[in-house]
Amino acid sequence: MGSEHIDEVSGISTTGHEWDGIKELNNPLPRWWVITFYITIAWAIGYTVVYPAWPMLTSATRGVLGYSSRKDVKNELAAAEVAKGKYVAAIQAKTVSEITADDTLRDFAVAAGGAAFKVNCVQCHGSGAQGSKGFPNLNDDDWLWGGNAEQIQQTIAHGIRFASDPDTRLSEMPAFGDIITTDQIKQVGAYVASLSDPVQDTSLIELGANVFAENCAACHGENAKGNRELGAPDLTDAIWLYGSGETAIAAQVRAPKLGVMPAWIGRLGEIKVKELAVYVHSLGGGE
Amino acid sequence: MLDNTQIERLEADAVNSARTRQPLYAARNKIFPKRASGSFRRFKWSVMAITLGIYYLTPWLRWDRGPFAADQAVLVDLANRRFYFFFIEIWPQEFYYVAGLLVMAGIGLFLITSTVGRAWCGYTCPQTVWVDLFLVVERAIEGDRNARIKLDAGPWTARKLVVRTSKHAIWLVIGAASGGAWIFYFADAPTLVGELFTGTAAPIAYITVAVLTATTYTFGGLMREQVCTYMCPWPRIQAAMLDESSLTVTYNDWRGEPRTRHTKKVQAAGQSVGDCVDCNACVAVCPMGIDIRDGQQLECITCALCIDACDGVMDKLGKERGLISYATLSDYNANMMLATAGGACSVNPSLVRTADGLFSDRVAHFHVRKIFRPRTYVYMAMWSLIGLGLLFSLLTRDRLEINVLHDRNPQFVTLSDGSIRNGYTVKLLNMIPEPRTIVVSIGGLPGAEMSIVGVDLPADRSFAIQVEPDRLKMLKVFVRQPADQVRGAAQSFKFRVENKATFESDEYTATFNAPESAR
Repeated sequence: MGSEHIDEVSGISTTGHEWDGIKELNNPLPRWWVITFYITIAWAIGYTVVYPAWPMLTSATRGVLGYSSRKDVKNELAAAEVAKGKYVAAIQAKTVSEITADDTLRDFAVAAGGAAFKVNCVQCHGSGAQGSKGFPNLNDDDWLWGGNAEQIQQTIAHGIRFASDPDTRLSEMPAFGDIITTDQIKQVGAYVASLSDPVQDTSLIELGANVFAENCAACHGENAKGNRELGAPDLTDAIWLYGSGETAIAAQVRAPKLGVMPAWIGRLGEIKVKELAVYVHSLGGGE
Repeated sequence: MLDNTQIERLEADAVNSARTRQPLYAARNKIFPKRASGSFRRFKWSVMAITLGIYYLTPWLRWDRGPFAADQAVLVDLANRRFYFFFIEIWPQEFYYVAGLLVMAGIGLFLITSTVGRAWCGYTCPQTVWVDLFLVVERAIEGDRNARIKLDAGPWTARKLVVRTSKHAIWLVIGAASGGAWIFYFADAPTLVGELFTGTAAPIAYITVAVLTATTYTFGGLMREQVCTYMCPWPRIQAAMLDESSLTVTYNDWRGEPRTRHTKKVQAAGQSVGDCVDCNACVAVCPMGIDIRDGQQLECITCALCIDACDGVMDKLGKERGLISYATLSDYNANMMLATAGGACSVNPSLVRTADGLFSDRVAHFHVRKIFRPRTYVYMAMWSLIGLGLLFSLLTRDRLEINVLHDRNPQFVTLSDGSIRNGYTVKLLNMIPEPRTIVVSIGGLPGAEMSIVGVDLPADRSFAIQVEPDRLKMLKVFVRQPADQVRGAAQSFKFRVENKATFESDEYTATFNAPESAR
């Protein structure tokens, strides 16, 4: 900063920086600006004392206020629990049908059940509850074990063919490959397929109808409409858990695949199960 | 051995030598603006009265909107996310009206600045208005310029203590009143004022009042002109806004120079004399503490008080007003050329006057025509177009809207009878403060019917829905189409919402998905 850096016009020294002939004056700062600057420095130092800041070998300084963001989260979660409290209490007190009929409670249960569904159910039923082969679609109006809110609650709580729950829904279709002949299986496959869609070889239908009446009607009903008491599916509709068409039906007659759904009551508790039931019921197929 | 004069002397200077050392910071040069009087001062008083009046009174205006909405004419209801402005109610998604107004304000500022310079800074900027108000208090308590300078320089006596304390106390009261008025824009004013004084208002109300009290007191009382000079970006931007046809407060040195306090003596010596008697009245009244005779400068907020001061002096001297005046750069340059004989000599005021002492008719004066030039036409056109566009959109905007969100997962569901079902989240926006019964229906999509979750009615193509005043209603809607009427994997159809009584309607084109195998 020698005397060579003095601006001729103003008589103020310059910083010596120059851009296209324009020089920067080295004016002193306004006092208030400098004071504010020092205050921010003091503030910053104070901040690091009061709040966690300085990294140490294994952790960081904790700050004299003892603040932690984890504690904040904990408090917020606790506050959220309190805020949810009255709804949760109402859900505990009411039946799922009553919850479904109450706009506010239903909205709450659908939101809570939806969250629980994403954690516990999507692995089998899919993220949109759309299911896949062997895993029922929960959006449609076809229910193996019944589609009113109470029946859905029962299914979620105790599962299906879940051996360790005494109240589980239980049924087992025999493997007809050991009971009837291959021809009979083909015939009954054609008959069942013909109930919802036209089949190629119509000569098999009548033969298949006889086989059905002797072997299948006991559970699926004489008109093949199924039986929810036994979890026997309706064979006349458009929804097929293990695939549609003669071949897929024949395969299921020969050696049925039987899905297992776990009982959730022990793991999730009554309230979550109720919320899940309301959620599933709200997907569009609820009865 | 060398003689000491033979030792080479180096050009070197210690970096911290007394000659070059400067303080790190500069203390504020105290300014004691003298009271001005004249037409611009009167104009500023009325602007102050109008702007402060608008600021303080607006929240107290009532506007009847019926039993379902606030009756405050201007209200920013942050809790319910609604903005009320007399007959206009704005929802958050209509914020573009506010953005449009801000764009208009920006262009308006360009227009004003390019015609009359920094009129915003000089007359209507809150900083200027409040500093003016604080100065009124200061003058009333401490006296005018000379009394204040004396008081400031004098020792701390009991009187000085009383005077200073009462001045700062009144400033703080004004600050609190300014901050206090602000919060009334955000809640029902009559309710809030009661809560405020009984200590039952929300903490944020007290915090806002405290912060605004502090900023008003600091900016208006303590920092004053420093806010304009150091903190505000506008003085830097204005350079780009002004051109040679913009009116700015100008010292007309073509008639003022050479200035002297001893006119007669100098005239007797046979030298030419300008109109400026170097009385410094223009400097004394300047709230920025500058000398307009140094030319247009960043600090000048063009409040025109120096014009008032100078005109008063000119009147006393029996000379024409306007030694300091609003003038354009082009007029000024033309007159300077005249006074300096085309730049051939220094300013000689006799060149702008005729033999009988009147101004030569070659002196350029401002003409209103100069306001109308391509630049201002463009600003005016932009400003009006945006304004008309906003107005048109405001008058034709929907107060009943429908928004539809198609379920993406699953996109469709096959039901047991083979029919296809799609799910939609339908949002109905009732944007007036009255409850209404509106009809939601589907158009197109042959054979399709809808059902609404929570509505216990058989499936149909239209439903009457109750909507609450000024609220959004969300419906979960299932649309079902029989298998034999499905045409393709993606069919387009309409969700329509209608209020038959007011002929209002809105529709949303949605898609109905079906399996690829569908006929």
